[in-house]
Amino acid sequence: MNINGRRLLNLVTSEQAVAVALIVPSVIAVGVFVYGFIGWSAVVSVSRWDNVRPDYAYVGLDNFRDLFNNFRFQIDIRNTVVFTTFFVAACLGIGFVLAALLDRRVRGEGLFRSIFLLPMAVSFIVTGVVWRWLLAPRAGVNILPEKVGLPAGAYGWYTDPNVLYVHADSRLGDALHTIGLGFLADPNYGIPLAMISVVIAATWQASGFVMVMYLAGLRAIPDELRDAARVDGASEMQILRHVSLPLLRPVTLSAMIILGHQSLKIFDLVMSMSRRGPGFATDVPALFMFETTFQGNHFSHGAAISILMLLAVSLLVIPYLFWSLRREARL
Amino acid sequence: MTIRWTRVAIYGVLSLFALLYLMPIYVLAVTGLKSFQEVRLEQMWDLPSGLRFDSFRDAYRALDTNLMNSFKMVIPATIISCMLGSINGYVLTKWRFRGSNLLFFLLLYGMFIPYQSVLIPLVKTLQQLHVYGSLWGLVVTHVIYGIPITTLIFRNYYTNIPTELVEAAKMDGASIFGIYTRVIFPLSLPGFVVVAIWQFTSIWNDFLFAVTVTSNPGIQPATVALNNMAGSFIVEWNVQMAGALIAALPTLIVYIVLGRFFVRGLMAGALRG
Repeated sequence: MNINGRRLLNLVTSEQAVAVALIVPSVIAVGVFVYGFIGWSAVVSVSRWDNVRPDYAYVGLDNFRDLFNNFRFQIDIRNTVVFTTFFVAACLGIGFVLAALLDRRVRGEGLFRSIFLLPMAVSFIVTGVVWRWLLAPRAGVNILPEKVGLPAGAYGWYTDPNVLYVHADSRLGDALHTIGLGFLADPNYGIPLAMISVVIAATWQASGFVMVMYLAGLRAIPDELRDAARVDGASEMQILRHVSLPLLRPVTLSAMIILGHQSLKIFDLVMSMSRRGPGFATDVPALFMFETTFQGNHFSHGAAISILMLLAVSLLVIPYLFWSLRREARL
Repeated sequence: MTIRWTRVAIYGVLSLFALLYLMPIYVLAVTGLKSFQEVRLEQMWDLPSGLRFDSFRDAYRALDTNLMNSFKMVIPATIISCMLGSINGYVLTKWRFRGSNLLFFLLLYGMFIPYQSVLIPLVKTLQQLHVYGSLWGLVVTHVIYGIPITTLIFRNYYTNIPTELVEAAKMDGASIFGIYTRVIFPLSLPGFVVVAIWQFTSIWNDFLFAVTVTSNPGIQPATVALNNMAGSFIVEWNVQMAGALIAALPTLIVYIVLGRFFVRGLMAGALRG
């Protein structure tokens, strides 16, 4: 190697060192505030710290055991499953329909898109305040039929204490029992009706985002593919089902992961709309964590809830991160 | 003829959805504009008889300090976030090193975690640093937890700037800073706009950090004040609605004026679906 080459190499490596130094502050900040703090929370979750004064005495998994035996936490798990299922399904369905319609060379597409996305710009707190009044039992949606002379609706919405579940003495309950799933005939495996109101508000806010994702996905499908299907005599519906939808699978997966992990963390909306709800019907782990930790000072139990939330989110997100970075590397 | 009917159906369904999506905004606006005599819940859907700004005035009086707090927090946090994200994105695309992809992966994970899992240590640490309960504590928090997303957006943006430009500048003997200021930064404006809008919107709309890091009502940002207002039985519901609209206004304006960039931030948040 000649002198010049070596000089260039030295220059490059020293510049490389500067480059690394430039991101060191961010790396340290995230290292401490994300990874360090998660570790710290994990330590708190296995400690005895149960009042204002920190107490790091190790108690093993006692706090987690307490949680799984806790009535409120059991309900929270049910609520999270219900909320996630309905919220993700509603957003995917509505988002896909809107995208498919907008993809049909619609005049005023920009305006429609802006309207559907508008809720994304406001906070969950604002959404909660508005929908709290729209779904108030004696106002909003319930009194809308009166405007055209029909009787007012009598829905309790987020104040509805009823839980939809299979009764043990019903025929379906019997059937469940004979196949060994009798335990499912229990309100703990039911659908708290009040939660549907929260799903409506959340779907109003997030479905526009899914629409944008699907629309981008549809636009990325080469025209030739669909034209070929048209030449073969396929109807627009058939093309949508058999050509577009399979090609949109990665979009569906991304949307599911993003919505799913959001719904595991949902907090602000419940806080401003319904809080715990009747009989904890709209309670969620994040609200339980907040009240336990910052209002009840039961730090170790609060930390345990947060660690369980982290585990649930990680199960969803880590495989997705691997998948999308690998995909990106291949592109 | 059948094709015609399909078109009618398409526009019909889209318009119906548009009405549904605008319904909450309509109720927000008409309620805020009604006089106090008109705000009975039975009249929720009726148009106001005239334009009265009483509710907005009352709501603004109740929220003005908190709105100022939000601005004082969101502006410095957004600026610092942009600078950090830009530098990180630059290094991770144009100065890659061994392990830089792993590092990026580790950064990204920080974007998805439920922040509940860092709240207790965060509160304790901010107390130690004597910034707990202050807007600076919130600024630091938002800047740090914003690093993953801002880095991601800038990294994706800089990936599209040809590496040959950087290589050519290196050949000319430009330093890492020289290349940044002369090649990268001048091309970065759209990236900065996307990141600034993203951070502005998400920091303005944040509730979890705001409610845990600030307890004094005089320091709290608008989202927390609005939530307190909505939870109280003293504040009339029309004032709550007006308050909600006022608190949403800054981000709504940003969305209406710069919607295109807002959508790009949104898509970046979805990685590369």
